[in-house]
Amino acid sequence: MGKNMLWISAWKDKGSRWFLGALALLFIAAPILNQLVPASSAFHLSTYGLTLIGKYLCYALLALTIDLIWGYCGILSLGHAAFFALGGYAMGMYLMREIGPRGVYGNPILPDFMVFLNWKSLPWFWHGFNHFWFAVIMIMLVPAALAFVFGWLAFRSRVTGVYLSIITQALTYALMLAFFRNDMGFGGNNGFTDFKDILGFDLHSDRVHVALLMITAIVLAVSYLMCRAIVESRAGRVLRAIRDAESRTRFLGYRVESYKLWVFVFSAILAGIAGALYVPQIGIINPSEFSPINSIEAVVWVAVGGRGTLYGAAAGAVLVNYAKTYFTTAIPEAWYYALGALFVLVTLFLPSGIIGLVRSRTNKQKGLRMQSDKGERPIE
Amino acid sequence: MSKFLLRPGVQWLLVLLLLASRSAGPLYAQVPSPRDAAFLATLGQLRDASFPDKDNIVEQIARSGHPNVEAVLTAFLQDRLYFRNQDQKIFLLKPGEDEDASTYDLIDPITLQSAGSASSDGFTKIITNNHLRRVLQETLARFRLSSTDAAVRMKAVRDMERNLSDANAQLLQERSGVETNPEVKKEIGIALALAALNSPDAQARLSAVSTLRHSLRQNVLNRLDDLVQKSPDGSFAESDAGVRQAAADAVISIGRWRTFYSGIQTLFFGLSLGSVLVLIAIGLAITFGVMGVINMAHGELMMLGAYTTYVVQVAMPGHPETSILVAIPAAFLVAALAGILIERTVIRFLYGRPLETLLATFGVSLILQQLVRSIFTALNRSVATPDWMSGTLQLNDALSITYNRLYIVIFTLLVFGALLVVLKRTRLGLEIRAVSQNRSMAKAMGIRSEWVDALTFGLGSGIAGVAGVALSQLTNVNPNLGQSYIIDSFMVVVFGGVGNLWGAMVGGMSMGVVNELLEPYSGAVLAKIFVLVALILFIQSRPRGLFPPTGRASDNQ
Repeated sequence: MGKNMLWISAWKDKGSRWFLGALALLFIAAPILNQLVPASSAFHLSTYGLTLIGKYLCYALLALTIDLIWGYCGILSLGHAAFFALGGYAMGMYLMREIGPRGVYGNPILPDFMVFLNWKSLPWFWHGFNHFWFAVIMIMLVPAALAFVFGWLAFRSRVTGVYLSIITQALTYALMLAFFRNDMGFGGNNGFTDFKDILGFDLHSDRVHVALLMITAIVLAVSYLMCRAIVESRAGRVLRAIRDAESRTRFLGYRVESYKLWVFVFSAILAGIAGALYVPQIGIINPSEFSPINSIEAVVWVAVGGRGTLYGAAAGAVLVNYAKTYFTTAIPEAWYYALGALFVLVTLFLPSGIIGLVRSRTNKQKGLRMQSDKGERPIE
Repeated sequence: MSKFLLRPGVQWLLVLLLLASRSAGPLYAQVPSPRDAAFLATLGQLRDASFPDKDNIVEQIARSGHPNVEAVLTAFLQDRLYFRNQDQKIFLLKPGEDEDASTYDLIDPITLQSAGSASSDGFTKIITNNHLRRVLQETLARFRLSSTDAAVRMKAVRDMERNLSDANAQLLQERSGVETNPEVKKEIGIALALAALNSPDAQARLSAVSTLRHSLRQNVLNRLDDLVQKSPDGSFAESDAGVRQAAADAVISIGRWRTFYSGIQTLFFGLSLGSVLVLIAIGLAITFGVMGVINMAHGELMMLGAYTTYVVQVAMPGHPETSILVAIPAAFLVAALAGILIERTVIRFLYGRPLETLLATFGVSLILQQLVRSIFTALNRSVATPDWMSGTLQLNDALSITYNRLYIVIFTLLVFGALLVVLKRTRLGLEIRAVSQNRSMAKAMGIRSEWVDALTFGLGSGIAGVAGVALSQLTNVNPNLGQSYIIDSFMVVVFGGVGNLWGAMVGGMSMGVVNELLEPYSGAVLAKIFVLVALILFIQSRPRGLFPPTGRASDNQ
């Protein structure tokens, strides 16, 4: 399917139109509102606002990757934040090397925490991270490699359903424990922070933040189109077949495990990129990013937005995180009640999420039968 | 003078005089008993006595039968016995008190309570010399050895083992003839054998080695090991080759036994760690296995159990011993009711959709956590451990087991047994198994499957609550209690095979043991990571756990 056709097919879809339109609007509006509108104006977008939107977009990308495998292939990963964090760590390593001699201890090679631990030389896995291109490769390669090994092992031996969910959770939990260790060479508890600049651009300036936000928006749009291309291709149809009736698809002669493996690896790469975009905007990465609850929360964004739609997942991520930001500043105690209730209510009453709700409304108006709910339950 | 003072009548007169003159003084607020008065008088003689006299006085003190003999003589040996210049009254200094300090913290020799502090100028030390110190040591040792309390005698022998002078050996030799307690007698035997290793007679040394080879103690092992060592100039500490050989054999034998026992200890630690996992996992095995429900709120139900323990303890102040026993059924009920509530309001709408159940119950877990945080705050609440659960069980010199770990293992076995009985021998158990195997057929047979679902979930949740009682004895009770164990226990269920209680048992215990075995080599965190990775790999070869579900039930995964 050619690029042109994809554009056309994406444009035919109302949800895609809204989603890409919103991203384009953000892409244009954010720099204007931040750079051109004076700080005194009510329309000025503050640095905080920029960071916040950047964060939401990164989360939206993560949600997109989860929707790709869960909504279209039925793989519920409860450890997807691990790939996100690995991408983030790869970016963090580059940013740490970029600090150079400006650290507290002024060591030109070693990051501060290594000097603090009395290390004499750089561990082998830190070499090369002084080059941005190397870091970019690693951002994609490390999550991909982990996803490949893990997926190869899991899918080949037909670990499915809740078993898969639980071992993905074990994976991210094990990684969290490992990254908490000081002697792993990843900064232990504190992770990486105090970044100075990226490719020579000061990370504390608004312009760089605006640029990062714009890049994130582009990456999100491109990722969305790629995912869309995958799910609308022939392979995408096989993925859905696997989701709905795995054994039947296998009996029809498809190599189910290969399809699953490749979509899982692709999803992990995108999650890694999301993490890499997240770190310079937020300014910190630490092992708590691996904690299982992060992965579960990300799955909930997808569930809230509506899985199996891609844009719904992204919308869910933004909405839930906006609610989180609002609650944790306004009424912090209520946040967990609200989040918990959201989990329960969405699974009970909105099996296809907010998008499903919107769609069924509009479809009812048009007198059409709701389609998105198909495939919720395996037919097997 | 001293003779005059020794007459009992005069002593009494003296005491009465003192009483009359200082009736307002706090130290004499109570009339001392005759025995205390006699004791004080004997002590008082120390002030002016010559060194040979002091020997006799020490002897007298030791024979006085006063309960404070040991404390006073120990103080004397440690140069902590002083008299007050103004009234000649004897005081003890607090242990560890600096002799050169400007004020002294004093202890009354009769009450052994603090007698306040005073400027050091008004006090004079009762001095000792080498000979007197030796006498004191011997007297003290003999005094302790002839104590009526076997534990005191035991400690005395152990202390003397560290300093096996000829005099001490002599004392022990005397005592071994009259000692009746077998434990103490054995200990004396070891001490004497250790002393005999210094004997010039090779035969005596040889027999000492053969006595010692049955001991498991580290100090014995070190002592025997010394005999075998070659000094730099090529000579041996032990001159006789036969004794050396026997010692070398004994070192190997003791080492082997010690390794064996430390292996048992590790195994036991592993089992006790595993017990906790089993306790959590059997509740999960019921909800996750029998009902196909992934209950992410299981950890929070456990936390409810732990908080119930805390509340019961607060509600029964002063009865930590019994409150824990009350807490077990209370926690079961609280958690079971909470579980039934969750089942009725959320889970029953989601049967057959395990992934949705997972999300919904995760939401429930967040709500429960925040609820507890709102009620009890996020602070740690500590639950007191009853006396009968603290302390250690010393099985032998190389193996000791803490009671709380022991009780947890026993408790787990009891809960496990009770659950097996419920599932296999009761009507409810029969219905639970019927519904889990074939719901429609069970319904056709007249089983109210909805009702069974609720009770099954309640049972699993109740066991989580009971696990919470056990956890409250091991860690602090806080709102995050559940989260820290839940992943491990899911692993156990996956490892053991879903819905299989025996699987949960074997899985939990083996995970605990493997964790403990790895820990010395890799540290706690790495051990855990290894276990998790090993489990991920294990799932590859047996995707449905150690004991996979078989038959009809296995079809509907």
